[in-house]
Amino acid sequence: MEQYLSVKNINKFFGNFQALNNVSFDVKEGEFVCILGPSGCGKTTLLRVIAGLESQSEGFINQNNKDISLLPPDQRDFGIVFQSYALFPNLSVKNNISFGLKTRKQNKGTIDKRVDELLKLVGLSDHINKFSAQLSGGEQQRVALARALAPSPGLLLLDEPLSALDAKVRQHLRLEIKNLQRQLGVTTIMVTHDQEEALTMADRIILMNNGIIEQEGSPQDLYSKPKTAFSANFIGTTNLFKAKKISENSLEINGSTLECSENINEDLFTVTIRPEDIKICESDNEKNILQGTIKELEFLGSNIRGHIEVDFKSQKANVICNFASEYILKNNIQNNSTVNISLQPHALKIVKT
Amino acid sequence: MKKSKDDYLTIFFISIIGIYIFIALAFPMYAILSKSVENQDGIFIGFENYQSYFSNPALVYSIYNSLFVSIITMVITITLAFIFAYALTKSRMAAKGMFRSIAMIPILVPSLLSGISLIYLFGKQGIFRELLMGYEIYGPIGIIIAEVFYTFPHALLIIITALSIGDARLYEAAKVLRSKSVRTFFTVTLPSAKYGVISAAFVVFTLVITDFGIPKVIGGQFNVLAVDVYKQVIGQQNFEMGAVVSVVLIFPALLAFVVDRIVQRKQVAILTSRSVVHEPIKNKKFDTIMFIYCSIISVFILTIIGMCLYASLVTFWPYNLTLSLTNYQFDLMDGGGWDSYYNSIRMACYTAFFGTIIVFAGAYFVEKSRSVKTGRSILHLLSMMPMAIPGLVLGLAYIFFFNHPDNPLNFIYGTMAILVICTITHFYTVSHLTALTSLKQIDNEFEHVSSSLKQPFYKTFFKVTVPISLPAIFEIGIYFFVNAMTTVSAVVFLYSSKTNLASVAVLNMDDAGDIAPAAAMGMMIFYTNAAVRIIYVLITKKVLVKFQKWRIKTA
Ligand SMILES: Nc1ncnc2c1ncn2[C@@H]1O[C@H](COP(=O)(O)OP(=O)(O)O)[C@@H](O)[C@H]1O
Ligand SMILES: [Mg+2]
Repeated sequence: MEQYLSVKNINKFFGNFQALNNVSFDVKEGEFVCILGPSGCGKTTLLRVIAGLESQSEGFINQNNKDISLLPPDQRDFGIVFQSYALFPNLSVKNNISFGLKTRKQNKGTIDKRVDELLKLVGLSDHINKFSAQLSGGEQQRVALARALAPSPGLLLLDEPLSALDAKVRQHLRLEIKNLQRQLGVTTIMVTHDQEEALTMADRIILMNNGIIEQEGSPQDLYSKPKTAFSANFIGTTNLFKAKKISENSLEINGSTLECSENINEDLFTVTIRPEDIKICESDNEKNILQGTIKELEFLGSNIRGHIEVDFKSQKANVICNFASEYILKNNIQNNSTVNISLQPHALKIVKT
Repeated sequence: MKKSKDDYLTIFFISIIGIYIFIALAFPMYAILSKSVENQDGIFIGFENYQSYFSNPALVYSIYNSLFVSIITMVITITLAFIFAYALTKSRMAAKGMFRSIAMIPILVPSLLSGISLIYLFGKQGIFRELLMGYEIYGPIGIIIAEVFYTFPHALLIIITALSIGDARLYEAAKVLRSKSVRTFFTVTLPSAKYGVISAAFVVFTLVITDFGIPKVIGGQFNVLAVDVYKQVIGQQNFEMGAVVSVVLIFPALLAFVVDRIVQRKQVAILTSRSVVHEPIKNKKFDTIMFIYCSIISVFILTIIGMCLYASLVTFWPYNLTLSLTNYQFDLMDGGGWDSYYNSIRMACYTAFFGTIIVFAGAYFVEKSRSVKTGRSILHLLSMMPMAIPGLVLGLAYIFFFNHPDNPLNFIYGTMAILVICTITHFYTVSHLTALTSLKQIDNEFEHVSSSLKQPFYKTFFKVTVPISLPAIFEIGIYFFVNAMTTVSAVVFLYSSKTNLASVAVLNMDDAGDIAPAAAMGMMIFYTNAAVRIIYVLITKKVLVKFQKWRIKTA
């Protein structure tokens, strides 16, 4: 498919501080991309550079086969929803949404029809004459979305659109925005610091840290094939170990030698293993078996998270594992129970430090 | 980044406002500075004028006198205003609204009216002259009493703001810790109000040292800097020496301005922490004492204004005490007659109208435009400068600049236009700050949203920014109007026989010995300003509410 937006080698400096460091990525037409990263990593800055609200120090942006790097915002083709929504408080819902429709001398009937259409789309038809002070947070959010979509922009930019809402509304709106986006097929870039949000909504995630792109890929890829320790740690929960190479397929953690399916290239490196990939073993058939003591059990519903102090050869270390609740209850595993766990060779992933 | 149409428009408007401020402020100030180093034939003579100024003991003594009355007034006003503000914010006494309104009265009259009132109260034929026990009201005593009256509301407003931002949570903490109220005062109240008090002190100091109406009316032989400027120019036609005294007068005003700016910045830092409003608790003894105190101050204010009202209505003081409107027949005396009153109204309307437009537009570009960073900073800096320039100095600077034969703008000299421009400039800074404060509360993303929707910035400005800012816009308009009605200092050098003003008429009639008509004209200014303020309150209560439905939470 055609690349709709290409961001190439963007650098952005605020004085001496570098907020964006050689950022490059592409977005396909109709794709939903999430820019994910901890607060202060440069997500908003990147979004504003794409919108032209902030000018990049270096680099290029192409949209729809056109170089827009130097264009001011009003000559670019995008709609934006800010974290604060920025609804005009003195204008009704209707006038907020029609604000961007009145340039091309469209007649009143066309505009009214378009407003109705958008209100139906976001499910707010009953609120057409209200002011923003009379709407709930979720409703305001949807008005902002409708306003941004009104002129049918080629690109939709969302800056933490759900962060000001409470948990229930947020979960509901996640699905709604995602459906809306799919329905309209509008290319969308959303900024968020919430990994769950990114995992559930995005076609592709661009993970940022300290102004650089750490990794990009589908949610599944990022989760199961993290390339760096930061990726592994930021998305989901994981265990990280410093490891030493013994041979092509075996490594040493805290003095214990373990088998690994991946080919090892470096002498010193980091490995990661997800909590759900760690198994309690009842027989000796498994590989990479270690003994440990349960220190704490956290009940998470269908799962129980165990904090286990594992006896490696040279020292003890804490490991997090997920178990099915049923299994724990049936086997009467409690604090201070001793268990054997297996760090399966295929689950041990080598990542960049 | 390439410039958009919006950017070009922004640059265009910023340039226009910038050029306006340069013509109305920067060039005249340059003219007065250069005049102070020239001789009467316009030839550069270095600091010779300054040497002759400082070798004249009579003139130099004025510096000492000016500092003396300014500092004493500052101490008295701040003390009185602090207690008054404390009563209004921290007590549960009755009639707070009434006390507050009374305390604002002095803002509505020309400063020199309080001087005239004191003459009626304590002058040679005054009602209470025995109270002075042989001392003269003409001189420092009269100046200081009148200046306290004049500066009281200015100090009060600043200190009330400072006291109201004291965080309620601190008071609660102090109570939980069983802190004695005296200790709470010194550990919680005073520190949080500190910057407000300092700022108020400098404002009072500047107002007094630059005021010339009061010392002119009641100063007697006691010379101060501001009156010296006036005398040098109007009395002796010695413009160069007038320029020198002006420059001397700028220094303390400039110093006060700089200190005030530094202090204000610290105050803002306190404000940004999310404070909770403190609701005082009932304390019968304390509330009663505060009520008595505020009553005394109110009686003082009402006496001064009441005396003027009475004097303006008495047929011939002190021989014929029957009440009549004889003194209001201004057309029978010198000073411009009723025309000067109508001129004042016209001038105040123009100033309010054009001043509000210029100031609000200027503040909008400073605060909201995306482009032209340097231009915006320069504009802001220029907008802050008028505060540091005494009105008298500004007026004199206008003579030098606009009356220069080579100046193409020479034609506005002696017209209404120069009075309006001068008055707008004189009161620019406070209005600019009011507008900025209001604009800062509006989400900065509005401009970004509208450019993403391909709408020009002026559409957002007229459809969103202006409607949201209406209360502040009205506030600025009223401020300009009231001050244009009362100001004497800036316009006293600039009016012509066709553009005589009411406030100047007060000065001139008093000078000519027509004190009762002067009081009457002063009262006309008071009635007008009071009426405008009352109408304003009614408008904000009734009309604005109608247009601001969107502020209300439930539909
Ligand atoms: N206008 C600015 N001036 C200086 N520093 C800025 C500016 N805007 C952002 N920054 C800095 O750039 C970094 C990234 O900011 P931002 O993009 O807002 O982060 P995020 O949205 O990921 O939380 C932060 O350290 C922030 O302090
Ligand atoms: Mg952000």
